[in-house]
Amino acid sequence: MSVVAITDVTKRFGGTTALQGIDLEIEKGEFVSLIGPSGCGKSTLLRIIGDLIQPTSGTAAVNGKPVRQARIDREYGIVFQDPVLYDWRTVAKNIALPLEVARWDRRKRAAKVKEMIELVELTGFENHRPWQLSGGMQQRVSIARALSFDPSLLLMDEPFGALDEMTRERMNMELLRIWEASASTVVFVTHSIAEAVFLSTRVVVMSPRPGRISNVIQVDLAQPRTATTREEPRFFELVTDVREALHLGHDLERAPA
Amino acid sequence: MSATPTAVQPVPRGGMTRLVGRRLTDWLPAAVVLVGGIGLWEGVIRAFHVQAFLLPKPSAIASTFWHTRHELWSAGWFTFQEALGGFAVGSAAAILLALVLARWRLLGSALMPYAIAANAIPIIAFAPITNTWFSPLNKSSKIAIAAVLCFFPVLVNTLRGLTSVNPRALELMDSYAAGQFEIFRRVRVPTALPFIFTGLRVATVLAMIGAVVGEYFGGTLNALGVRILTEARVSQFEEAWAGIVLACLLGIALYLAVAAIERLTLRWVPSTFE
Repeated sequence: MSVVAITDVTKRFGGTTALQGIDLEIEKGEFVSLIGPSGCGKSTLLRIIGDLIQPTSGTAAVNGKPVRQARIDREYGIVFQDPVLYDWRTVAKNIALPLEVARWDRRKRAAKVKEMIELVELTGFENHRPWQLSGGMQQRVSIARALSFDPSLLLMDEPFGALDEMTRERMNMELLRIWEASASTVVFVTHSIAEAVFLSTRVVVMSPRPGRISNVIQVDLAQPRTATTREEPRFFELVTDVREALHLGHDLERAPA
Repeated sequence: MSATPTAVQPVPRGGMTRLVGRRLTDWLPAAVVLVGGIGLWEGVIRAFHVQAFLLPKPSAIASTFWHTRHELWSAGWFTFQEALGGFAVGSAAAILLALVLARWRLLGSALMPYAIAANAIPIIAFAPITNTWFSPLNKSSKIAIAAVLCFFPVLVNTLRGLTSVNPRALELMDSYAAGQFEIFRRVRVPTALPFIFTGLRVATVLAMIGAVVGEYFGGTLNALGVRILTEARVSQFEEAWAGIVLACLLGIALYLAVAAIERLTLRWVPSTFE
């Protein structure tokens, strides 16, 4: 059974069609990136999977359940570009928030928070306030919080978009390590071709007006990815493939009807 | 991660002692201005022989304040209780209504324009009316006007705080399958706290104004407003001014008390440690 099953999804906002006829299946353990220019509907698609908005037509299911039921069953962890941390809570308490909502008892909660802190390597910062951390550290808290309740699906909307290039590459490595350790499935929205290729098992290329899937590229780079992965010839070939797919989508848009 | 994570800033420690110590040096320039201002006031009156009915000497006010301190304090305490009662009743009602309006947004959008408009009207003008609702001689009439004065700024600020939550934060709460109550308790109310305290600080000033001005329209003799009014009528200006000074001190005390509670409650706000 697929973790994510999107069938013929269309989303309209007023007169504009944000998504048209989207079909997408994601298997357990996959790392799928959605890439495309602004307005291609990649974030909209992510939000439909996360039941933050509803499609105009078509169906979206997660683990065989309608997305709404999957959300109620806490099947998703979400990470936005903005870490959305709460200043009145310490790092540990921020990570514990979903567990408090889910009514985990205190001892179980403390153990899980400790595990998460170790996973994102923030030991020693448990009692810091979010504003005392750097941008990269804040985003790691956000990831730890999203994973705290063991969701089967991690939805990430340009999580490293606000970080500098060096921090971003380090966070990419970090995320792959976490993905391997947590055995979750990831849907990752990004603007960066290199980031998409480096992280993903599959890159879904989207094109705008109306938002649709124009190409799907299987990334056959060896696992686990390392710092040298970015220097392999195959990496550059795949980057070129994705770039060309993006431009093709762009040309389609400009071609006369 | 290969690099060792480093904190941007250390965790501030030291609590209130450190904060107060810091404040003392901060207050030094202001204290100099206060002393200088009073000195100038005293000097101008002595130099130009200003009549007491225009403005008494600070030294004369201080001496009267000391000599009449027992009656003054008794009146001041009476009025302070009215202000405190009005502040508590008005602020509590405002916060409760704001919670209701934030929960049921249609109700909020129907009532908010009137709350904002009410914020702009001179509510103190209703003081004679509340005096007739209740007996002018008991505290209820002054508590009522102080409460109404406190109500609107607290309502408007609280509602603004409750509704100024980052939409992403609400989406995250949705993804944890949190109910409305959980969202209020864990996100909306903490987000609103700094706004609520802003409203409460404004309300402390208004509560004291409401109580004193309410007494100008009638009240027992043992009340600060009545005392100021009657002393001024019989040309006891030093006594009237002593009453005004006490009203100021009580107002400032209430304000500082709320500001101190705010500081203790909102320890997590970065600016607390500046």
